[in-house]
Amino acid sequence: MTPAIRRVTRFFTAHIDGLLLGAILLLMAAGLIVLYSASNASLPRVSTQLMNMLVALAVMWVFANIPPHYLTRLALPLFVLGLVLLIAVALFGDVANGARRWLNIGVTRIQPSELMKIALPLMLAWYFDRYEATLRLKNYLIAVIFVVVPVGLIARQPDLGTAALIFSSGCYVLFLAGLSWRIIAGVTVAGLTSLPFLWSVMHDYQRQRILTLLDPAQDPLGTGYHTIQSTIAVGSGGIFGKGWLNGTQTHLDFIPERTTDFIFAVYSEEFGLIGNSILLFLFLLVIARGVVITANAPTLFTRLMAGAVTLTFVTYAFVNMGMVSGILPVVGVPLPLISYGGTSLVTICLGFGILMSIQTHKKLVQT
Amino acid sequence: MSDLNINPGVEFRNSQLELHHFRWRLAAAVIFVLLMFALLFVRFFYLQVVKRDYYHTLAEANRISIVPIVPNRGIILDRNGVVLAHNYSAYTLEITPSKVEHLDALIDELATVVEITPKDRRRFSKLLEESRNFESLPIRTRLSDEEIARFAVNRYRFPGVEINARPFRQYPQNELFSHVVGHIGRINQRDLDKLEADGLMSNYRGTAYIGKTGLEHSYERYLHGTTGVEQVEVDSGGRPVRTLSRTPPVSGNNLVLNLDAKLQEIVYRAFGNRRGALVAIDPTTGGVLAFVSKPGFDPNLFVDGIDPQNWAELNTSPDRPMVNRALAGTYPPGSTFKPYMALAALTYGKRTPQQTIFDPGYFNFGGHMFRDDKVGGHGQVDMYKSLVVSCDTYYYMLANDLGIDNISRFVAQFGFGSRTGIDINGESTGILPSQEWKMRRFRQKWYAGETISIGIGQGYNSYTPLQLASAIATLANDGKMFRPHIVDYVENITTHEHTTIEPKPLRTLNIKPEYLEVVKQALVGVNQEGTGARAFAGAGYTSAGKTGTAQVVGIKQGEKYVEGRTQERHRDHALFIAYAPADKPRIALAVVVENAGFGAQAAAPIARQVLDYYLLGKVPAEPAKEIDSDSGN
Repeated sequence: MTPAIRRVTRFFTAHIDGLLLGAILLLMAAGLIVLYSASNASLPRVSTQLMNMLVALAVMWVFANIPPHYLTRLALPLFVLGLVLLIAVALFGDVANGARRWLNIGVTRIQPSELMKIALPLMLAWYFDRYEATLRLKNYLIAVIFVVVPVGLIARQPDLGTAALIFSSGCYVLFLAGLSWRIIAGVTVAGLTSLPFLWSVMHDYQRQRILTLLDPAQDPLGTGYHTIQSTIAVGSGGIFGKGWLNGTQTHLDFIPERTTDFIFAVYSEEFGLIGNSILLFLFLLVIARGVVITANAPTLFTRLMAGAVTLTFVTYAFVNMGMVSGILPVVGVPLPLISYGGTSLVTICLGFGILMSIQTHKKLVQT
Repeated sequence: MSDLNINPGVEFRNSQLELHHFRWRLAAAVIFVLLMFALLFVRFFYLQVVKRDYYHTLAEANRISIVPIVPNRGIILDRNGVVLAHNYSAYTLEITPSKVEHLDALIDELATVVEITPKDRRRFSKLLEESRNFESLPIRTRLSDEEIARFAVNRYRFPGVEINARPFRQYPQNELFSHVVGHIGRINQRDLDKLEADGLMSNYRGTAYIGKTGLEHSYERYLHGTTGVEQVEVDSGGRPVRTLSRTPPVSGNNLVLNLDAKLQEIVYRAFGNRRGALVAIDPTTGGVLAFVSKPGFDPNLFVDGIDPQNWAELNTSPDRPMVNRALAGTYPPGSTFKPYMALAALTYGKRTPQQTIFDPGYFNFGGHMFRDDKVGGHGQVDMYKSLVVSCDTYYYMLANDLGIDNISRFVAQFGFGSRTGIDINGESTGILPSQEWKMRRFRQKWYAGETISIGIGQGYNSYTPLQLASAIATLANDGKMFRPHIVDYVENITTHEHTTIEPKPLRTLNIKPEYLEVVKQALVGVNQEGTGARAFAGAGYTSAGKTGTAQVVGIKQGEKYVEGRTQERHRDHALFIAYAPADKPRIALAVVVENAGFGAQAAAPIARQVLDYYLLGKVPAEPAKEIDSDSGN
């Protein structure tokens, strides 16, 4: 290898974490394979998704090359921008499917809740890092406000699924930042006792989804249909699965949204318990690498940020697979790195970029 | 850990200790993650190993398909049981586009077996653009028996094409009720968004049509019914083998209207070739007896997606048949505004019934000459005469004395300038001018001179025929006001339960009965000895009415309006409001005939035919003739 080539290689790989990238690429490959089947062998679909993946990987590379201390400067402006956009959505957003989630900015439509998925943990991590020396109850209360305001705005759109995800990412940071166990216990008890109240303020369709989870047969044409059909798909896959391109549930149109939110039903039907175990293992591989990076991160900011990215990824995967296999209500959450669609793919890879940046810039910070 | 000091050892913190704490937290989180994944694994194991046979049976051997059964849409009847909208079953030839590779070639080949006109093709490609992914779309409807037989023989040649028996909506009265009953059409993306928002998606699974306009739209939730469910066993090719269970659909409710189909037809014919609108209301209930906007269109064209050619014709016609003139067209009320002006004068104490003014044929205000229609004027005029001969000068002066805000406040009670709340959508509010309105609309202050022409129903004044009808019905009913409603009751066809629409009065206006009496007597005078007398000669019942003429184009100072010289589209609109019998009104109406000149000439004869039929059962032999008259504005 000539020095020039070595320099180029070094330019591209210096801030890439090989282990993490390997696991991500394996998951993406699995995603393309199952997408080919889910889309009835539609090559245009698969190549579009491949393009999405390349874009997402490029974003990941860019963020891997941004040193973490630059990110701290971005935290506050990004958070404020996210909030402003969310308020703008509430005031003049476009309505689609009965919810006000999109903002038309002339050229294109954007979904500000997507930005919040990164901006909120970034903001919290920056905030705790800044007051690290003097953390008191007051700081935690302020942090709670940072969580509640955007989550409330998103829940009002209404987009309960995304609100819950962003809420959980905020909770992870609070937890990792050392919120007292007593308070956690107290809030948990209070949360459980306020469930009846929560029930009373929910939208009818949200209640319906929860009722349907308890008894899918109750609404076989509506929300229950998704659950019934995806559960049949998973269950009928058995241990070895029906084989690639052979899922009957899939190919006879029984699975709704089978390239996006319900793609796991297709995977599960065709690859069975063995395939599922491999997928769980790949997810755990990504998570494990994330945990290691988190544990070794040098500053409070990087620790919190890495922890939040990792745990949010867990939540995505868990919520989606739980929904498809019928233990969680149907919420619009894609399976990370597998589901068809560019937006969430980019957001997730951006998070991984941050993880890689934290891992690979560590030595510079410590010296 | 102390109570408030959350992070222990603030004073003695060292990064090693902190990292230690952090790692404990992280370890807790990892345990949490492992628990969640373990839960998933257990669930997969349960589904894929323990219950595998159960689900395998469901999926493979007995594949159960849940099929929605679309309910029959409720039918719509007039007050005497005449059918205005119903369903019939017919065979359609349908293509599932996702199962076909070369659509055009397939249709070409189909055309050799079954007749497919270019119109059918155009409609099909329009449906294709609007459709959801996997539904089958009709290329031909109403197949004949022979065509069915021919297709059945050749069926093997056409995968993805099938014959289905489907219920169709039909409007047997054609264009007669196009603006009231409205029509249904295929569900489009906007309808889907709305259904999703209302949480109605599951009830519309399998339904291809939804009410688009008129009663079909506003009573959609009554008409649609509840979708049934059938669990069907299908073989591995997806074909149904047998039915496992069935929850029958519940048919939609029927609508029984206040409208009288025969009356509607008489109105329609009375208009002849002219454009305009007529609304007739039963003043004692608010029930709408006739609701006509001319010209109309054939709603049957829309049921299966209108073909682009017809659509273009309807949209570009200068007669604008798609506009619901009765509901959304606004017209200056002209002299039909005067009865309300007179009531305002009495109520605010600006005139007594006996008080007279001298009409020289004009009213001068700020150097501007407001002309009366009669050259030389009507001489001494009291309130009775002012309405009977429709004296403009009287009302120029009166408007000036009342002031715009008093006028506006008073007539607002009758519903001028606000939606009546009738049970179909798309109503205009009209314009009830006031100082505040002008400021809001034009950012300009009101000029006193503008009030003068308001007095004779010109100026900014602009109302829908429905508002005019509702106002005269309220006056006829001595101020007891009902919300106009087209539907009398909704009939549940399984329980035969009737739900009556709007049986109670909305409000009673606070106007003294003696004032109402004065104005009502004058309105009787109009039809006996005034501007309406020619039209109502020898009627055989006493009626009350008021003629009106609405300017379409302003006339220059000092110029006279001559009908013959004016372009047809710029001619005045003819208006008439009426009710009968005068002592115990059973019907009140407002009619607008566009560009037809004086109200007494073109509009009053139509009203006469309506009242003759409704009160005496007389069916006219021909359209209402214009009365060649030189009087009556």
